[in-house]
Amino acid sequence: MVKTRENISTKPFSEWEGSIDELKGLVSDKAMTGESMLLNMGPQHPSTHGVLRVVLELEGEEIVTAIPDVGYLHTGIEKNMEAKTYEKSIVMTDRTDYLNPMGNGLVYNLAIEKIINLEVPERAQIIRVILTELTRINSHLVWLGIHGLDLGVTSTMTYCFREREILLDLFELVSGQRMMSTYFRPGGLWRDVPEEFEGAVQFILNIFPQKIDDYEALLTRNPVFIDRTQGIGFMSAEEALAYGLSGPTLRASGINFDIRKVQPYSGYENYDFDVPVGEHGDVYDRYLLRMEEMRQSLRIVEQGLKKLKPGPFRSDNRKYVPPPRAELGRSMEAVIHHFKLWTEGFRPPVGEVYQVIEGPRGELGCYLVSDGSPYPWRVHFRDPSFVHIGALQHMAKNHFLADLVAIIGSIDIVLGGCDR
Amino acid sequence: MEQLYIDLENYLGIGTDSVPEVVRLAIAVLVLGTIFLLAPILTIWVERKVAARFQNRIGPNRTGPYGLLQSFADVLKLIGKEQIMPAHADRIPFLFAPLLMVVSVIMITAVIPLMPNYIGADLSIGALYFVAIGSLSTIAVVMAGWGSNNKYALLGAFRTVAQLISYEIPLVFSLLVPVLFAGTMSMVGITQAQADLDYWYIFLAPASFLIFLFSNLAEIGRTPFDLLEAESELVAGYQIEYSAMPWGMFMLSEFLHAFLIGPLVAVLFLGGWDGPFAEDVPVLGVVYLVIKSMAVYFLGMWMRATLPRFRIDQLMEFNWKFLVPLSIANLLIASFLWELFPEPAGGGLVDNFPRFIVMGGSSLFTLMVGLEFLRRKSVEDRERIARLIDEKNYPLATADQTGVAGD
Repeated sequence: MVKTRENISTKPFSEWEGSIDELKGLVSDKAMTGESMLLNMGPQHPSTHGVLRVVLELEGEEIVTAIPDVGYLHTGIEKNMEAKTYEKSIVMTDRTDYLNPMGNGLVYNLAIEKIINLEVPERAQIIRVILTELTRINSHLVWLGIHGLDLGVTSTMTYCFREREILLDLFELVSGQRMMSTYFRPGGLWRDVPEEFEGAVQFILNIFPQKIDDYEALLTRNPVFIDRTQGIGFMSAEEALAYGLSGPTLRASGINFDIRKVQPYSGYENYDFDVPVGEHGDVYDRYLLRMEEMRQSLRIVEQGLKKLKPGPFRSDNRKYVPPPRAELGRSMEAVIHHFKLWTEGFRPPVGEVYQVIEGPRGELGCYLVSDGSPYPWRVHFRDPSFVHIGALQHMAKNHFLADLVAIIGSIDIVLGGCDR
Repeated sequence: MEQLYIDLENYLGIGTDSVPEVVRLAIAVLVLGTIFLLAPILTIWVERKVAARFQNRIGPNRTGPYGLLQSFADVLKLIGKEQIMPAHADRIPFLFAPLLMVVSVIMITAVIPLMPNYIGADLSIGALYFVAIGSLSTIAVVMAGWGSNNKYALLGAFRTVAQLISYEIPLVFSLLVPVLFAGTMSMVGITQAQADLDYWYIFLAPASFLIFLFSNLAEIGRTPFDLLEAESELVAGYQIEYSAMPWGMFMLSEFLHAFLIGPLVAVLFLGGWDGPFAEDVPVLGVVYLVIKSMAVYFLGMWMRATLPRFRIDQLMEFNWKFLVPLSIANLLIASFLWELFPEPAGGGLVDNFPRFIVMGGSSLFTLMVGLEFLRRKSVEDRERIARLIDEKNYPLATADQTGVAGD
């Protein structure tokens, strides 16, 4: 006996389907009368990168309108952070853009350090740069794997995740956690890196260039891949700026704008690296650009590893940074600081800051308002995924349904970051 | 079929006359059908293992030795699952589509000569039968897409109709080349002709071999032609609303069809069961056929692990602007040369060598010319798109233009 929903639902179909009146004005009249097809893509769809919902108006296979609908992964992270002390809320930042945990932690910590004017020792900064760049590679690897999967190349995913595993092992080595590392703290790091750290990073530096060449061998000159990606999802430089795109998606359109160069943070001005810039602004250029970015990140990591010298791994400003464990037995003052910091937390001066870094997806900003209490009054993340989804409608217009998938892949959205 | 039954009853020791004709045929069909229905279970395991190796994985290794029983476990699971039919589905097409799909594929097995004298039915129009029966699956896909009451399924069905019907044309044109060489449409005849010649048609018509292989890949919807169920776009295409065993039947027919491409290509271009001592020891014929089939199947798996998917317009352009003209040219050239260079009297490999050079060479040359045209065309296309982007006219707003104006 085949069971149907009719056995369960007694409602007539017209009611059960719901109304499409709320789409009035967003789609053409033809779609409202049923002449062209309205397709609800997502939030449960294999290639919407999580839970993006796109309402499509299709003329055959061509997209007339694509209306992105976000918010399905909203977890109230920013609001939750207001109820936690500054240091305790770092753990929430990892959960926003889950492919860029180190970067989220970095921007939040930089914002806290900016508001209280806290110095970060050299060693901590270098380790931060190394780990953030490795996180960028990690994020790009996931992007490449999933982008390949979107276009039908099933193998890239397993290759990329194989290398990603090495990176995750490194993150586990330093922080005890593979993805949600919470390793950066105001004034430095949670603890110093273990002895094996340098060897592990050197191992990555040794094998990754070859692996990146391998991915390129599979895709870069593959005619089917080129046909599927060239000329797709085009954004001109003016449009890209008008839509507020950033990161690789902006640079692919030919604008040389990298926050690591224009507003250096964490000592990026001391590193020698190139910013790849595309010229066509299509999916293929974004792909080439991210591949080159991975190589440049490796260059930065290599330089960072050379600069790494023994030294303090966090600031000794005891008002904001907890004292080392060893001091607690000897110094009464250290015990008081420790007690204060771990019960009440620190109180930054009243004020507001906006701090940006170059995330793997683009300009990752943190807007932080302090009212002088141990709790942040307002934390807001400017996540590039959210901004890029806004440009989706423009990019997908008049493309085929299959191209939409390629475009969503190429702007590299993470819904965790978008919805927060 | 007769031979199969006679061997079977000799083996079991039953008298030939004691059993009516109908029962004999039924038993033979049952044996043949079961063999072919069990084949996918093994090929799925091979496919999983090979794909896993391509992708740096291990593949199934828990159920049974080397994971061999994994497919049995999957089938058991599918049988135990609940069948769900979506609300307002069109019942009859929805329920009959999987059945038609499996039937259309199983019927192909009738015309595959397994070894000398072993064939389901030696039809005089075997090649035509294969084409005709193979396109039945199009109807099944349309039924599934229409009956499911799902837009993704419908889109998948649209794509399928366009794709399968288009690719049938180069398929038939490339199929005609071995038919022309052998002078018969019977699959047994084509195999026998190659066995008599001591060489295979792939040496005379390599281009036809490749066209046949690719149009067959498109026909069964494998990467890079897997648009009908494109996972990342249409989720599962026409299969999206199917669950339990109906879905299992779709998968079965898909894998069986994919596997059957191997024997068909082997019969038409690689000599079928032909091989050393195959005529003296018929069982060797099956071994040769399986080896050749798996070699062809492996090509399919390799492409599946490597290539991205075409887009629907690219797929159609590849067919109509490249494969169809190429297959027609190839057929014309092959038929002219076949007449110009008749079979030498000796018929051995050495005597035939000039023919290999001329026919195989011209076939490859045609292919090369075609590929060069394709390359230039695509370079031109890319330049055109780049120019249109500069003029801000890309993507072309065809959707607005095709709409009924003023409505």
